[in-house]
Amino acid sequence: MLNETISKTYMIAGYVVILTILGLYIISLFVRWHNLKRDLQTLKEIRNKD
Amino acid sequence: MKPQPLALKVLNIASGLLFLGALAMVFLYAPLEITMNYVQKIFYFHVANAWVGMLGFLAAAVAGVVYLIKHDQKWDIIELTAVEISLVFFLIAIAAGSIWARPTWGAYWTWEPRLTTAAILEMVYIAYILLRQGIDDPDRRARFSAVYTLVGAISVPITFMSIRLFRTIHPVVIGSNSSATMGSFDMTSKMLFTMFFTLFAFSVIFVDLFWHRIRLGLLAQQVEEYKLEEL
Repeated sequence: MLNETISKTYMIAGYVVILTILGLYIISLFVRWHNLKRDLQTLKEIRNKD
Repeated sequence: MKPQPLALKVLNIASGLLFLGALAMVFLYAPLEITMNYVQKIFYFHVANAWVGMLGFLAAAVAGVVYLIKHDQKWDIIELTAVEISLVFFLIAIAAGSIWARPTWGAYWTWEPRLTTAAILEMVYIAYILLRQGIDDPDRRARFSAVYTLVGAISVPITFMSIRLFRTIHPVVIGSNSSATMGSFDMTSKMLFTMFFTLFAFSVIFVDLFWHRIRLGLLAQQVEEYKLEEL
């Protein structure tokens, strides 16, 4: 049987990694969305000036 | 781009609740496994992420086939979406599995059949993302990507079946283990229920992220069209 403290440490590490990767991906979706919205706005302004 | 439809907002809330529910099931409902103790709890999210990831890679191949038939850019966006999200989920499965393996097998990584095929699968689709970016013409890029996902999908059943076909230390969740297996355990009904709940939760989360990523893809397409018109 695995030592309880060691086992708990690896479990916490596992879930920290899972939540971090998932969280970073969701943040990347937000960032890309806002960047694209800004790009679109800029392109529309350029077109309107022309 | 239109604001989020009501169904997507409902899906966002459902995904959040299911995610919290899955965590509660893992930590408060599922019993402790007697040999591996706490670290066994990684198993639930590891399996769910691997399962959803593999299904996503297969979905990308289906989207690729539809693109080759219809030549509609919409299917290229769907295909890219499926690959991107599956890469994230599969990376989580690999990383979580490695952390589980350290106290169970004594090493984070070993080149046994399942881990090797899983690493190849992940790299095949990372290459897909990188190669796509090197093609400027949208039609050529979509055609290349569709064929690539079709060929790449071959690695999905190979990865899935690797623990059933070869002598391996990786445990089999459904089916019989080989004599070399390390870290297998008998699942109680509570463990089984937790596993299926987590599978369901991550399937819903996958659909939610899929929808958001498609909206992002459509917005990117709109920006690309504007840029091409400006040239």
